[in-house]
Amino acid sequence: MNGSKSALRIAERALQKLLPLTEKAASATRHAFDGVTEKALGDDFQERVQALKDRYARLGDDPFGMDPDVAKYGAMVTAFLHRLYFRSEVLGIEHVPAGGALLVSNHSGQLPWDGAMICTALFLDSDPPRLVRSMIEKWVPTLPFISTFFYRAGQVVGVPANARHLLQRGELVLVFPEGVRGISKPFTRRYQLERFGRGFMRLALETGVPIVPVAVIGAEEQYISFGNLEPVARALNLPVLPVVPQVLLGGLPLPTKYHIRFGEPMRFHNAITDDDGIEENVFLIKRTIQSMLDEGLKSRKGIFR
Amino acid sequence: MTQGSESDAIVVTGACGRLGKRLVRQLHREGPVIALDRRPFPDKPKDVEHYPVNLLKSNLSEAFKGRAIRALVHLGVAHNPRDKSEHNHMWNVAGFLKLLEWVQRYQIPKLVLLSSANAYGPRADNAQFLSEDAPLLASGAFSEMRDLVEVDITAQSFLWKHADTETVILRPSHILGTVRNAPSNYLRLKVAPTVLGFDPMMQVVHQDDVVQALRMAVRPGMRGIFNISGPPPLRLSKALKLLGRSKVAVPYSAAKLAMDGFWRMRIASFPAPELDYIRFVCMVDDSKARNTLGYFPEHGLLATLRAVDDERWD
Repeated sequence: MNGSKSALRIAERALQKLLPLTEKAASATRHAFDGVTEKALGDDFQERVQALKDRYARLGDDPFGMDPDVAKYGAMVTAFLHRLYFRSEVLGIEHVPAGGALLVSNHSGQLPWDGAMICTALFLDSDPPRLVRSMIEKWVPTLPFISTFFYRAGQVVGVPANARHLLQRGELVLVFPEGVRGISKPFTRRYQLERFGRGFMRLALETGVPIVPVAVIGAEEQYISFGNLEPVARALNLPVLPVVPQVLLGGLPLPTKYHIRFGEPMRFHNAITDDDGIEENVFLIKRTIQSMLDEGLKSRKGIFR
Repeated sequence: MTQGSESDAIVVTGACGRLGKRLVRQLHREGPVIALDRRPFPDKPKDVEHYPVNLLKSNLSEAFKGRAIRALVHLGVAHNPRDKSEHNHMWNVAGFLKLLEWVQRYQIPKLVLLSSANAYGPRADNAQFLSEDAPLLASGAFSEMRDLVEVDITAQSFLWKHADTETVILRPSHILGTVRNAPSNYLRLKVAPTVLGFDPMMQVVHQDDVVQALRMAVRPGMRGIFNISGPPPLRLSKALKLLGRSKVAVPYSAAKLAMDGFWRMRIASFPAPELDYIRFVCMVDDSKARNTLGYFPEHGLLATLRAVDDERWD
């Protein structure tokens, strides 16, 4: 017992000496990082962060562990991609309602940059700024650091109960009804929507929130996939294994130009048990997004412009 | 079965535990209380009858016979991982089955079981707030939690089978206070180990709020399963900070190895699989208790956390 006590004392001493030092170093790095990004992102970045903080101060502490001060670091990184790399053009963001809503988008591009850009657009280009809560894979919480960062940046584990809770709190929740089918589709099937899941429609009906259709153009060309090595993926226990030659060239996505279009909110009032009605609604949303995609493709000047 | 009247007795098992004593002190002001616990009850209120019985072996008719009993409150689920697990299993599960027999034989109109939100189990893919119909999955990874889950499930089937006894199962989140359970013990550590890179949200509830919930569950007309939680959830790191504890973050694999070793050397007071409780979320939605039971936690966040440092001799 004595041994463990003195070990504890030594640990405590060491902590007392070391903690202030590491804290100082961390805060210095943080300040330097803040300074650089503020220059790059303009003065209104801090105002936007403050606006978010005010919103959550009104809503009460976030039960999922979101912290606007951490969420802003996520936004800083993706803001660089949004503004400089993909040069995103955002259309119709004023359609996003002030309260809770379900954002439903096409999904593509092997890595979920489309989701990140939708979130960034709502943070940087919407007035007032909004924090989109997206649903992460169920194994992400097992990753140290990453899980903590994701939670604090406002992401939540993708189970229906969580989405319901957030929508009822008046948050924006982003879903991709195509799921893995969409993100892993090969280059030859770009801008053709895959089968839509129906869970999102049940969520919208249960919580009574509107659905905002979103079309992302540009992501479908960022990685050129020649197909999916299904047997290998199955052997390695992966959901998909796309054949993407870019991986050999450093793995960066192609700097395609993103066009993000937000459609007008759609409201549905079917009974939750009305399966046929739900199917029809899902079809309606899918058709809306497809026509938004077609329109966007027609009006853009080229993949990179 | 007729509804018990106010003057009928309430039987409390596990009454000599720290939570049990607090409950008995509240209940005996309102009506007669019978305490069942094999441990001594030195400072018991005068009007409380204490039977130092073993639920498994003793004949409980001495305590029950010829008495009008309006409720039986079972707090006696022991989670003492130090005991040999077969011994614990006998005590918890077989003891509870015996108790159910007595409930039927003496037609007790109300059974209240204090289970725990820990029975849901901490899991990476848990919903942030689990409702009462979520499956109890703690027993998969934690053999130590198997008894609790089994007792809870037994009580559930009793609830559905025996409509003439109002059965209430309470599943509170981490109970903090002078009680000696894992979360309170953990928060009492001056230097608390945490798992590197993990900082889950957690719920805590003050021991006296749990006592209130138990009192509400005893009222006639209440039946069903209720999650109980206290003030809004907070991050583990924030709880440690508010209590002024330092923390040492240890990588999971190292922590698991160390805990296994400490457990064998009898330094640690909880086994390695329970590390998941400081890695993943295991929180509950208690809106049903608030709406149906009329439960509301009276203790705020700071009061609840600081309760672990209260005098420990009561």
